[in-house]
Amino acid sequence: MLRILFTRLRQEEKLLLEAARRLGLDVALEDVKDRVWGGVGADDDVYLCRCIGHGQNLALARHLEGQGRRVVNPASVMELCGDKLATTAALEAASIAQPAYRLALSEEGALAAAEEIGYPAVFKPVTGSWGRLLAKVNDREAAEAVIEHKAHLGAHHQIFYVQEYVEKSGSDVRAFVVGGEPICAIRRESAHWITNTARGGRASNQVVAGELEELLRRVHGAVGGDFLAVDLFGTDSGWLVNEVNDGAEFRNSIAPTGVDIPEAVVRHCAGLGR
Amino acid sequence: MTQVTCVVCEGQVTLPEGAMEGEILLCGDCGTELELVRLDPPAVEEAPQVQEDWGE
Repeated sequence: MLRILFTRLRQEEKLLLEAARRLGLDVALEDVKDRVWGGVGADDDVYLCRCIGHGQNLALARHLEGQGRRVVNPASVMELCGDKLATTAALEAASIAQPAYRLALSEEGALAAAEEIGYPAVFKPVTGSWGRLLAKVNDREAAEAVIEHKAHLGAHHQIFYVQEYVEKSGSDVRAFVVGGEPICAIRRESAHWITNTARGGRASNQVVAGELEELLRRVHGAVGGDFLAVDLFGTDSGWLVNEVNDGAEFRNSIAPTGVDIPEAVVRHCAGLGR
Repeated sequence: MTQVTCVVCEGQVTLPEGAMEGEILLCGDCGTELELVRLDPPAVEEAPQVQEDWGE
């Protein structure tokens, strides 16, 4: 059986359920936020973890894997994708091009990092999504202000990840990889420098072929996983991988690409059953 | 057309076709996000606030 686990029912989880039913799969959609875990033996089910909180999703995946269950995505992949610095390190180890970055562990170090990267610079939290708390910093004074504010946001924000600002002419690319195969991509356009469709970015189809397709396979080789969403910038010198997501939202990507993303995901999951 | 009463403003919120438990509804009157916690009879609670690690 395929078990789709959620804590907040989004359009994506409903689409996954519908796709599984269309394929005639044995499937259950389960709200797990009030459930108690542990004490139950292993089974042959595949668990598609779609909890909206990354920490909860990872905790559940670790627990289920500890009991010998097959989880999508594996906990190790959630760990890599849920931590911006871990993703960066994995990509760097695989020599995959990404925007230049600096890591700093103090406010003084963060300012020096921004100066070294040059302005504009982008301050990113190492955890988080939907473009939350990203800060494009245009000069030293702005950097000082952002750093001072981050100092009050808790321990997670004392790891300063400073990235070069990539001029992307108003668009970037989000590509989907299922079972190691790049299946489709969208180009996201926005008047705002943050192009997430969750923040109002518009989507159109981006052909996946050649250099882009090969790069996506390399990203999968570096990160692993069953279902990835890879964010990229196209530049004059080639593609840069910006982020890799393990709990992708895809509702705005089906129509522009014409690809049934949820069906590809559940079909892949069905093939994992033992 | 099934409706449910918003727990914040008591406005009437229409359930979409095929609504499922756990689904998030938006109250058209006050804008509150509501979680559909029961289908029969329909009942809603205020949906949890977005947390720092929510997302993709």
